Amino acid sequence: MRISVWVNERHRSVDVEEHHTLLEVLRDDLGLTGTKECCLVGECGACTVRLDDRVVDSCLVLAVEADGASVLTVEGLAHALDDDDLPDLGTAFLEHGAVQCGFCIPGQLLAGHDVLLTHRHPSRGQIEEGIAGNLCRCGCYYQIVDAIEAASKMERDDFPDEAPREETNLPQPPVDQ
Amino acid sequence: MRPFAYARPETLDEAVSLLDEHGSDARVLAGGTDLIIRLRDRTLKPTVVVDVKRLAEFAPSISDLDGKLRISAGTTMTDLMADAKVQRWFPALVEAASIIGSIQIRNRATLVGNQCNASPAADTAPVLLMYGASLVVVGLGGERRIALDDFFVRSGVTNLQPGELVTAIEVPIPEIPIGSAFARRTRRRGHDLASVTMAVSVDAAGRVRMAYGSVGPRPWAFASDGGEPPLEDWFARAAPSPTSMRASPDYRLAMLRVLGQRALASARVRLDAAA
Repeated sequence: MRISVWVNERHRSVDVEEHHTLLEVLRDDLGLTGTKECCLVGECGACTVRLDDRVVDSCLVLAVEADGASVLTVEGLAHALDDDDLPDLGTAFLEHGAVQCGFCIPGQLLAGHDVLLTHRHPSRGQIEEGIAGNLCRCGCYYQIVDAIEAASKMERDDFPDEAPREETNLPQPPVDQ
Repeated sequence: MRPFAYARPETLDEAVSLLDEHGSDARVLAGGTDLIIRLRDRTLKPTVVVDVKRLAEFAPSISDLDGKLRISAGTTMTDLMADAKVQRWFPALVEAASIIGSIQIRNRATLVGNQCNASPAADTAPVLLMYGASLVVVGLGGERRIALDDFFVRSGVTNLQPGELVTAIEVPIPEIPIGSAFARRTRRRGHDLASVTMAVSVDAAGRVRMAYGSVGPRPWAFASDGGEPPLEDWFARAAPSPTSMRASPDYRLAMLRVLGQRALASARVRLDAAA
């Protein structure tokens, strides 16, 4: 079946097998191998992508279900963060030592991005809940939570190239930090 | 995954005809968080997968009508948790929905799918049983309603007939103040299947309702007319599997009593707060 999807803001028209998952099509048909294949039962979160306005495990979504939808993968995340005037989550991960082997990081970044979109001032508990569906076998959870927390506290001025936006329902930097 | 045909019906009639035509060779796809796992491990081998998410009747929707809250079959756990009416009238349902899987799972998994999958450990099943929910079912012969208590048969088996499709859940809105609570036991904090699930409500007239799951082939519900509820009689229905890897029968039966007492205490506190 031919599907029409927006992947990282680029329109793609792809012939897919009905029994292939979104994960398989992203990796094998579109060559976007940043999204990782791991448990294939929705427990590890390595395959996390954003489908329209929600994060999902792409191993549990058929590619045909994404017909007409927008998909954001880790390859498009830096651009999406920039577009939405959100902090540079990737740099925060590096600065806080949140990355060891790196395999889970694409999923962790998408989950962290979702935390930033959902909560203006996320508590550590909300961040922990936000990444509860993303396993890290290196055990970097504290550093990952630190990185997302630090990103949530960054000022918008950290993005000198971005013009400030007037209207937004996206998270605002906390006033007391 | 084995190849299958994918159908995306645009009307309910078309969906029901497809299900009727293909019978047990067809599988309904809503959130997919259970189905796709079983397609991949080949415990299910349908020739047709019928994706119902684009039917108008399945669009996420929660509305109150004639004293009932009607939750459409496309409503996800995330939708449910965010709804002010569910939060006000059915807080135990929010509690159960919010501990299912992860955000990624709750963004896809539907409340109706959680019932149709008929796992004895389904977190929302005892809560809906406790609140007295019914399912709206559509088939070639038209629409019927079935009490959730009559729907569950055993693990993975329901009274849904071939060719039938669940389109909504209806939950009666309490007419007098009630307090309700959900509790569960898992092996670890976070993303896990329950070893015991428990839902309890108590209303201003002193009537207690209880439902529990994961201690037998299906969840069970009980109700008292007032006075002290006969909890030991109710707990006697539990028959946990001796072969489950999640917990031993002895542990489950002990925790069933602990959770029952705790949830009842929480429900009473909430009733006092509501009154």
